[in-house]
Amino acid sequence: MSEGTLYDKVWERHKVADLPDGRDQLFVGLHLMHEVTSPQAFGMLRERDVEVAFPERTVATTDHIVPTEPAERERPLADEQAETMLSELERNVEAAGIEFFGLGDERQGITHVVAPEQGLTQPGMTVACGDSHTSTHGALGAIGVGIGTSQIRDVLSTGCIAAEKQDVRRIEVEGSLDEWVTAKDLILTIIRELGVDGGVGHVYEYGGPAVRELDIEGRLAVCNMSIEGGARAGYVQPDETTYEYLRGKPFAPEGEAFERHREEWEAIRSEPDAEYDDVVTIDADEMEPLVTWGTNPAQATGIHEPVPDPDDLPDGKREAAREAQAHTGATPGEPMAGTDVDVVFLGTCTNGRVSDFREAAAVIEGRQVDEDVRAVAVPGSETVRLRLEEEGVDEVFHEAGFEWREAGCSMCLAMNGDQLYGDELCVSASNRNYVGRQGSTEARTVLSSPATAAAAAVRGEIVDPREVVE
Amino acid sequence: MSSDSDTTADLPEHGASVERVAGTGLPLPGDDVDTDQIVPARFLKAVTFDEMGEYAFYDARRDENGDFNDHPFNRPEYRGARILVVGDNFGCGSSREHAPQALLRWGIRGIVGVSFAEIFADNCSSLGVPTVTADRETVEELQSFVADNPDAGIEIDVRKERVVYDGREVEVGIDDSAQAALVDGQWDTATMMRANLDQVKQTAAQLPYVDSVDVDDLPDEDDQSTTNADTDDASTTNADTDDASTTGADTDGDGGSEE
Repeated sequence: MSEGTLYDKVWERHKVADLPDGRDQLFVGLHLMHEVTSPQAFGMLRERDVEVAFPERTVATTDHIVPTEPAERERPLADEQAETMLSELERNVEAAGIEFFGLGDERQGITHVVAPEQGLTQPGMTVACGDSHTSTHGALGAIGVGIGTSQIRDVLSTGCIAAEKQDVRRIEVEGSLDEWVTAKDLILTIIRELGVDGGVGHVYEYGGPAVRELDIEGRLAVCNMSIEGGARAGYVQPDETTYEYLRGKPFAPEGEAFERHREEWEAIRSEPDAEYDDVVTIDADEMEPLVTWGTNPAQATGIHEPVPDPDDLPDGKREAAREAQAHTGATPGEPMAGTDVDVVFLGTCTNGRVSDFREAAAVIEGRQVDEDVRAVAVPGSETVRLRLEEEGVDEVFHEAGFEWREAGCSMCLAMNGDQLYGDELCVSASNRNYVGRQGSTEARTVLSSPATAAAAAVRGEIVDPREVVE
Repeated sequence: MSSDSDTTADLPEHGASVERVAGTGLPLPGDDVDTDQIVPARFLKAVTFDEMGEYAFYDARRDENGDFNDHPFNRPEYRGARILVVGDNFGCGSSREHAPQALLRWGIRGIVGVSFAEIFADNCSSLGVPTVTADRETVEELQSFVADNPDAGIEIDVRKERVVYDGREVEVGIDDSAQAALVDGQWDTATMMRANLDQVKQTAAQLPYVDSVDVDDLPDEDDQSTTNADTDDASTTNADTDDASTTGADTDGDGGSEE
């Protein structure tokens, strides 16, 4: 078992009791909530006549079902089911006294974008949310876990989850990422190396020079996709980059309190002699922009590398690769570069932050979206959108021919009407390329960084962003 | 098409012991079956789980014209199946509890697989559905047995960690705590953990950040309360959220913010 890691320390601090079944009762320091997975949990509380135990430790917003077209955000929403869900959330948070960033609030957006940028997520916290991408919050040295609705019921009624401690795998990333090779390319490489189930039973601690060099938004992208590698949580040690990011955030401590907390944050870092259950080393120096060729996030390849031939793959991966290629149309032996693109989607809890849109803007500036491409930019939060509009970055997207939207999960999972049609191929700065994920069972999703997605938008085909900007 | 008309009549009751589940089987080949396949996101737009059984593998079960294909969940021989037999990393992806809810309401009461994604397995435990594991060879053998004998009974014995079929007993794995919770009928974690609310408040009071991010507190109020829980006397009467806390010590640090 690991010892002396940040994970061990955070666990110890939040452990309330041993449960009879052998699990630990763990206090949840920050509970994030959205409209899709919470209504049934409130229903369970009502059935049991139990009230919310720690309303002040829960923050809610709305992201999955909200329209992103400005005109469609008027209430009541045109989609009656969406309106019902949103109204239900509004009633529930109102009755329980839970802070809510609703439609029209400048803080509304995707839970995993909102909490870090508001300073709600802080080092050493436990974070839970009814969403698998809660791993995101590890970027600030917190332990974030995705939970199901029955566990949301647990958090609401007790402030806790029943959990079992996992093994800790240190992922040491040596070297340095090239310009235009991004945090997204790094995490896709890690998932490709370790597999979509490689992290089951593990928490990932990301470290090493290439991780230390990442800004917080890059670290958020890396930790976000831990779950895509099977790890329920992933984290980066807090450091100066973390503290500077937090300074001045609305819910972060201020002044003297900030300094006091900073000492606490330092203290929860993994010890230099911490013991890990497992250490994996990855080299960032040779990394290039990655794209997926299949129907899970591990089925990825360098943009110029040939798509693997299923016959060359190990037994357990062969049939899945064949099926995936039959779906996506990727050709074994050929690179993904040059593949025609129908749609480009920028946004999500992975890549919907200010720096992601700046990165994409740098690629498209002075260029036009290809006439055969539908390109959509959806800021991860209203805070992100307003910041980009202040900077004039939105103009770059407007001028290039992108649709510029308001905040939500949008086409990542196509619950709000933003979706793919038929067998469209979408280069998407999101996190999942599962069959049907973006709203059409015939459609194809190619995951990439925002820069690579932006490059695809202006060229109409998959292309190395370095070839577009040079 | 649900597996039969009465799939929700015998849903596991909270706090009931789940020592064994039994019924006919349903083999579902393939690895990394994600929860988007199990329930596509568009069916999450419902504020209850009641209808979820209708949406189990909704898209995978239909061809491009929307007609039922030969997906195992459509095949008449597996109608009424209770035991699902799956591959590696089943239930990966989204944390949606809608996925096990859909399987449960379709009729599934236990799952045998090579491995399960963690959140999915947790969600199953929360619902009283055992997820047990065996090596690939064992699982594939069971899958072909079920395919050849769709009417044969299969039993998951949670206590003995065995799957019993065809006159054999096969050893399977189950997470220790999931096993304990199911066998002892303590998989209703909310009730179990609520008994410890006083301890929860003590743990929370020790956390350096508990006062600092209270969303209703102004930052300068935090400065005083962070290290000084007993200055919050005003809030000790503020225990209207639950009975267990009326004994005093308000340690959740809400500092009267409920006004």
